[in-house]
Amino acid sequence: MVLGSVATLAFVLVFNFFLFRVVQTDPVGSLFRGRNIPQDVLDELRADFGLDQSLGAQFVLYVKETLQGNLGVSYQSRQPVWDEIARSVPPTVALVGASAILSAVIGTVAGIVAAWRRNTWKDHAITSGTMIFYSMPDFWLGMILLVGFAVVLPWFPVGGMTDIGSTATGLDRLLDQLHHMFLPALTLTLAYLGEYALIMRSSLLEVMGEDYLTVARAKGLRDKIVRRRHAVPNAILPVVTLTAINLGFVLSGAIAVEAVFSWPGLGKATADAIRGPDLPMLQGLFLLFSGAVIVFNLLADITYAWLDPRVEGA
Amino acid sequence: MSIARQRRVATAKRVWGHFRSSPQGMIGLMVLLVFVAMAVLAPVLADVRELNPVFARQSGNPQWASPSDFPFLGTDHIRRSVWVQFVWGSRVSLFVGLAATVLTILIGSVVGIVSGYLGKRTDRVMMRVTEWFLVIPFLPLAIVLASVLGRSVWIIIFVIGVTSWPSTARLVRAQVLTVKQRLFVDRARSLGAKGGHIIGHHILPNVSGLILANATLAVPISILTETTLAFLGLGDPSSASWGKTLEEAFVNGAIVRNAWWYFLPAGLGILAVVMAFTLIGRTLEEIANPRLSRNR
Repeated sequence: MVLGSVATLAFVLVFNFFLFRVVQTDPVGSLFRGRNIPQDVLDELRADFGLDQSLGAQFVLYVKETLQGNLGVSYQSRQPVWDEIARSVPPTVALVGASAILSAVIGTVAGIVAAWRRNTWKDHAITSGTMIFYSMPDFWLGMILLVGFAVVLPWFPVGGMTDIGSTATGLDRLLDQLHHMFLPALTLTLAYLGEYALIMRSSLLEVMGEDYLTVARAKGLRDKIVRRRHAVPNAILPVVTLTAINLGFVLSGAIAVEAVFSWPGLGKATADAIRGPDLPMLQGLFLLFSGAVIVFNLLADITYAWLDPRVEGA
Repeated sequence: MSIARQRRVATAKRVWGHFRSSPQGMIGLMVLLVFVAMAVLAPVLADVRELNPVFARQSGNPQWASPSDFPFLGTDHIRRSVWVQFVWGSRVSLFVGLAATVLTILIGSVVGIVSGYLGKRTDRVMMRVTEWFLVIPFLPLAIVLASVLGRSVWIIIFVIGVTSWPSTARLVRAQVLTVKQRLFVDRARSLGAKGGHIIGHHILPNVSGLILANATLAVPISILTETTLAFLGLGDPSSASWGKTLEEAFVNGAIVRNAWWYFLPAGLGILAVVMAFTLIGRTLEEIANPRLSRNR
């Protein structure tokens, strides 16, 4: 499993290198586009970037630099891509991480209720409600919430992570950030909920046909106990895997939503890099997004094998 | 009519019979037909010249007019009618969604069938590549490809097709593997049938139901991806999809102006079409695999 993940990472690296070479035959030229720079200076810069060497040598250089954490310089900010990315990680982890946990918990509970009360109004409300949120573009939901709760009813700020010019520190600063985070987090939670609810519901429905639940009931256990001790633990496994897989998407999961709320994370960095286009930035972000998914997939596989001994060696 | 053909016609009739008795499937189909009709009849329903800001100015449209001031859906920042954008946007969104799905299903089915049928080393290599594509996060990959390749409807279709085929390939491969074990395949082979004939006459008819259900469920993903790419500024500047409308509304400050009429219709259109395809796809899936319906 570990070897497979390393191979996939290597594939991403190769892919990333060639993808950006396809368009970018002359990065130095595009970096100083429209400026009057003498030819010998350009040649010198090309030599600095290693662009006068063969494709093979360039690839080796690229891999070496990447492994050392050197991802190049952003066209837009003229800062190292690595620094730009490092600055954007915490806001994204806070926003998407919180939404991922909230949606997993609420979605699972909703799925349990829907399955246990199958074909009642509760089931129908949960199933169709989650499907509606699942079928809309998440950033559009964000736009609606923004108009509703930041413009018409000015309860929340229209964007950013702190009030502009705010010098608050400590608890006040944290509260200000939470205030800014509320609407984007609500958007993402609603958008992610459906997946968990549907999977929990169908997994629990499958378990509900099992003999051991009939036995548990025959022993005279109350409905609540049967559900909590016998049904849910046996049905929760797919949700655990889904959560682990989705954690890999935390970094890349909110590109458009972050753009709507001007949340200064990796998603907004991606949206800004597209407008450039800031290719070194996009390249670095793509590497990070892919790496995160690969690592968390591996963790999901390991967790799965540990929780369910039947899949050992699979 | 040959026996095989008669059977196929009978199967199609049976599937339609099941489909008609499913309320969710029929609701989905009705909604979809309304939007298809809108896309086809766009030239009748809305004057395409209204999409041109110069024309809109000359015809004296107000700026940022709400629906009560300008029928049916108000105007935007450059005086264009939102209704006209909505009608013509349905064309682009449906076309891109369907074309990208066709490409997705085509790549996925070819990889799945070849990989599953040939087996051995071909299978191992192809599945390895499929796994790579499955693991790379789909939206960032589409974003990177689209930024690198340029901005046109065809590139968007290509990008969506190239990034979303792996799950189809896996599903089709699994089905091919079980069909391959069936007796009629052995019988055909012992009668001297070649690989192409077996795939075309025995494997394909037995996986086509699955492919169709999968295709219907892939359309929502294609449409939502197109919407997101267009919203991030990667859409075709010359043809306005619903996603493009959402982008323009957002970029030009419709939110702060509370110009809900500018971005509400396009989003509702996407929601309705995506739900329609999901409902139809689920119904087809239940017909193809009746065990599912017990759980839903």
